[in-house]
Amino acid sequence: MKKKKPEPGVTRRGFIRGVGLGSGVAGAGILETEAAAAPAVQVVGPGPAQVTLKVNGKQHTLNLEPRVTLLDALRDHLNYTGAKKVCDRASCGACTVIVGGKAVYACNMLAIEAQGQDIQTVESLSSGNKYHPLITAFVENDAQQCGFCTPGFVMAAKAFLEQNPNPTYEEVKAGLGGNLCRCGTYIGLRNAVLQAAKQMKGAANG
Amino acid sequence: MAETLDYSWPAKEKRRVIGKPLPRIDGYAKSSGRAKYAYDVHRPGMLYGALLTCPHAHARITSIDTSAAEKSPGVMAVDLMARPGEEIQYAGYEIASVAATTLEQARDAVRKIKVAYEVLPHLVDERDLAKAGSRAKASGEQVSGDPDQAFKEADVVSEGFYGIPVLTHCCMEAHGQVIEWKPDRFDYWPSTQNVSGVGGDLAKVLEIPATNVHTHMEAMGGGFGSKFSHDRIGETCARLSRKAGGRPVKLFLDRSTELEIAGNRPSFFARIKLAAKKDGMVTAWESESWATGGPGGANLPAGSLPYVFRGVPNKRMTHTSVSINAAPQRAWRAPNNPQLSYLTCAAMEDLAAKLNMDPVEFFHKNLEYAGAPGPDVFRAQLQKAAELAEWKKLWRPRGQSGPGPVKRGLGIGFNMWYGLGHASRALTRIHPDGSVEVEIGSQDLGTGTRTVIAMVAAETLGLPVSAIKVKIGENAYPPSGASGGSTTVGGVSASTRKSSMNALVKLFEVVSDALGAPPGELEAVGGKIQVKGNPSKSITWQAACKKLGTKTIQEMGENAQRGPGGLINGGAGGVQIADVSVDTETGLVKMNRMVAVQDCGLIINPKTAESQVYGAVMLSIAGALFEERIMDQITGRMLNPGFEFYKLPGIGDVGEIIVHLNVEPEHDKRGVIGLGEPPVVGGIAAIANAVANAIGVRVPVVPLTPDKVLKALEGRA
Amino acid sequence: MQAFEYARPSTVQEAVSLLGNSWEDANLLAGGTDLLSLMKDYIHTPKRLVSLKGIKELEGIRKSAGGLRIGALVTLEELLRNPDVRKEYPSLAAAARGVASPQMRNMGTVGGDLCQRPRCWYFRLGFGLLAKGPNGESLVPSGDNRYHAIFNNRGPAYFVSASSFGPPLVALGATVNLVSPSGTRELPVEKFFVAPATENARENVLAPNEILTEILVPPAAGVRNATYEVRQKMALDYPLATASVALRMRGNTVASARIVLGHVAPVPWRAQAAEKALTGKTLNAAAIEEAAKAAVQGATPLSMNGYKVQLASVAVKRALEEAAQART
Repeated sequence: MKKKKPEPGVTRRGFIRGVGLGSGVAGAGILETEAAAAPAVQVVGPGPAQVTLKVNGKQHTLNLEPRVTLLDALRDHLNYTGAKKVCDRASCGACTVIVGGKAVYACNMLAIEAQGQDIQTVESLSSGNKYHPLITAFVENDAQQCGFCTPGFVMAAKAFLEQNPNPTYEEVKAGLGGNLCRCGTYIGLRNAVLQAAKQMKGAANG
Repeated sequence: MAETLDYSWPAKEKRRVIGKPLPRIDGYAKSSGRAKYAYDVHRPGMLYGALLTCPHAHARITSIDTSAAEKSPGVMAVDLMARPGEEIQYAGYEIASVAATTLEQARDAVRKIKVAYEVLPHLVDERDLAKAGSRAKASGEQVSGDPDQAFKEADVVSEGFYGIPVLTHCCMEAHGQVIEWKPDRFDYWPSTQNVSGVGGDLAKVLEIPATNVHTHMEAMGGGFGSKFSHDRIGETCARLSRKAGGRPVKLFLDRSTELEIAGNRPSFFARIKLAAKKDGMVTAWESESWATGGPGGANLPAGSLPYVFRGVPNKRMTHTSVSINAAPQRAWRAPNNPQLSYLTCAAMEDLAAKLNMDPVEFFHKNLEYAGAPGPDVFRAQLQKAAELAEWKKLWRPRGQSGPGPVKRGLGIGFNMWYGLGHASRALTRIHPDGSVEVEIGSQDLGTGTRTVIAMVAAETLGLPVSAIKVKIGENAYPPSGASGGSTTVGGVSASTRKSSMNALVKLFEVVSDALGAPPGELEAVGGKIQVKGNPSKSITWQAACKKLGTKTIQEMGENAQRGPGGLINGGAGGVQIADVSVDTETGLVKMNRMVAVQDCGLIINPKTAESQVYGAVMLSIAGALFEERIMDQITGRMLNPGFEFYKLPGIGDVGEIIVHLNVEPEHDKRGVIGLGEPPVVGGIAAIANAVANAIGVRVPVVPLTPDKVLKALEGRA
Repeated sequence: MQAFEYARPSTVQEAVSLLGNSWEDANLLAGGTDLLSLMKDYIHTPKRLVSLKGIKELEGIRKSAGGLRIGALVTLEELLRNPDVRKEYPSLAAAARGVASPQMRNMGTVGGDLCQRPRCWYFRLGFGLLAKGPNGESLVPSGDNRYHAIFNNRGPAYFVSASSFGPPLVALGATVNLVSPSGTRELPVEKFFVAPATENARENVLAPNEILTEILVPPAAGVRNATYEVRQKMALDYPLATASVALRMRGNTVASARIVLGHVAPVPWRAQAAEKALTGKTLNAAAIEEAAKAAVQGATPLSMNGYKVQLASVAVKRALEEAAQART
């Protein structure tokens, strides 16, 4: 039974030494034994703890259990629903966001692990009627049908072009292997990424 | 006056919008992540649902105890979806659901539900018919002509075995919904192919007035035939909301359950024997087939074999339906057609190889037997496809593709489909400020329906596409059919054409005096209303609408179910040619190219039409080379309910795709014909035939994975 | 996922002190690509996760006279982009490239790759590492074993090691450092992987309170190395069979050879007959052919995976062909 419920947002400091294990009581430090002269390591959870996420430049402070994934935090707690939940097992790419400059599967990253890093979602690529060249290229090349995988592809493509500003057709085919589409938009996708690369380069040169 | 209107499409050379390759109008919303799917709906106070499903393929529930789940933190409602004593026919069947404050809490609670089962014997694998026992039900023989005599008189007889396994729909957006069930109002955000109908269907089950149900769907993440019903998950979601005092509940299948239960396409296996004369003309067909689509088995629709080549004079067919303990089939993009096309085209191409005939010549000859759209259309398409695939340059007789471990091959597959348009009503409004909206209770599955509606209205009213506001996805709008059978484009283009023309005539009546001509002498062109052919006698659209004062024009248009008429049609066909390379050391098949030649009548938007063909081709590549539902006979479970082993091709795995849409006058004049289904049909046959051509031996059962390709090569050696 | 405590230590010592004596106590979290999936499916239900991401000493690739030191937290993408790896260890670069998803390469770590759990579908469905059926016998021999082992598969383990780097690291003679409360042990990667004999055992020697901290790869000077993977898809897809080779050359002659197969056995599988067949031979087509045949001698395929014998042999052939063309 529960001894004590941690208050939301309150984090404890567990002084931990050795590996003596309690009975797995939720809420109390599971591995906590006598405090000793060991360095303090913060242990949070299993109840909600304060998690601060910097999404598209804006800080958000949430109370989340450590088990909440970045994807669920974005979608269910912050209403950034551009990243989609499809496989929820790091195998389809629909949840792709950019964390610390790198494309990742938000479904298999804990929100608490994404703290202190810049999190970029597809929502950052448009504002009012202004759209990132990638989005325009996706529209013009019809790189979407049902559109459910599309934001994930947009973000994967953005990270890809940041690493490969002048990709060849073959590099595009190899560089977006972490995303799946069921409607079959791959031909439009390849052309969209190539077109965006050209336009982004033009913009950079101009 | 309306009944005398001529709704027919403008002559091809006069069209200003229809026929232009325009980007889809909801493209920015989708690519920017702003489009809201049911899965994205977030309501104040919303609860999250989770499901408990049965782990056994066949079992009887002996007890269910939800007491611990009910007391679990955050739980607001628990709903039983099965009862003790109930016999469960497949793993993944929903037993109970929970709604809680967070998704994690809902899942925690589900794990606390205790269900005891009496496990019963199961059958989940139909591939070996001999093991199906009493689960196999043979239907009677279908015979026409005199097959025995034809086989006796044949110059060549070819026999083979062919198989195509069960596939799942694999919609990217899982099946599910958000429901908010208040006493007098039921708000429903499903992911559905049936916006107008699904809410009423659910209301019936829940015994509430259909008038209370408000269905909303802005975008949906794929259906492919699996999302016509509210499903059991819709019913339980509603009950959870009611039990939780009307709080909104979001409940979606997780991926593994989605692949297990949310739709699959029946398998088809057959031993086929063909007879032919020396000149290549097929004289007889004999097939023994079997298939499963779950507990209900799967039948062979009468007269459906041989596919396309229906006129083969002498036929004998038997079919056995196998009932298995796996989730029931649902319509899958062109139900049964890909399977029947594969069985037919593979058996025929094997016969061509035995005859030492070039398959193009062989099929050309036998297209004499083709049903709609008829031998001439198919033959022209075959010729075009062969040209685009560089058949003359690249094709070699079977097994003679040269030295080296990598062999190249070409193969042919055929498709046909029915089309026509579903029942659809549209409402066009022209407002005094000049703005225009079209309302239809339809849905855009990603096919481009929204864009088609806008283009038809724009064409009709002489306005740019951007001037049309398309409103779909609400059951409050005029009812329109479910999106199935490639009937949507026919339905909505006809209803929109009519409603927009009916509205335009009302506007003509208002400006008739000012222009000094009767309404029948007016036309809407380039943002103006003018006397036909006389731009000097015109009034701008804005000025015309201003004359409405405070009165909005509001007119309906209707397409009757499968309605005839000059606007739409049915009966399309197509030919696909696959070009593959097979590494005979590893058995890996690589797509080089697929050529798809397709007839689809009058094309409203070539860009989205082309996308439909690209997508359909890619689905057939997936089916030919990668995907299959793998059931484990020992545990009764699906072994690959995730994308790691339920393999779908990625962006680099599909080769190049060349789409050729028939736009010649004889096709255009037929009117609009739906395109979703037909191009998904022939690809598997084409790819399998290309592989046989490359390696010199038939790999009988798709998908053509290395294990099967190497086994076939071993058999040859 | 079952709820858990989360800690993010900044030193290895702290991390070790946060672990428990059983796998149910605490698990280590690095890239999370495998662990979180296992937890979502309740295959792993640890009470605590100890994140390694705050530990600087686990990062970085360093080349020295003693070889290459790869921190356990180095991501697959970092490894792939490292110039020393690309130049001298093409077998490692190929293994990294074989994980064909940039997202996976950005998240996944080399340590995590070595520690990832088998992909056996019975294991992933909850039938346990040894895939026990209702009567206690393994489901694999009579079930669907198309992706299972063709070597070292007489039970009780039938799964294949899923590690991408296991085979090339074994071929290169690499070692790993493991740190626990009782100190540090260094052992060859080859000894790190084991075929479990009981349901509670694991597919490697790591103890629940132990951390794989770094990988040490001997210098590659004069060692031609290559990895060839047979994968069905160009997109993210586990291989069907792989081969990694490391050849120490004396002129055109193979002075010594290490040939290791992947995805064919519960551990990265040394093809010793092939190594023997190649040693002392001139590296030409005939020798390669002979080694490729020898590599699959003694294979014991199950009912549905005979094709993997051929794939493994071809992988060896093609890896050797690549190595033969490599310049050192």
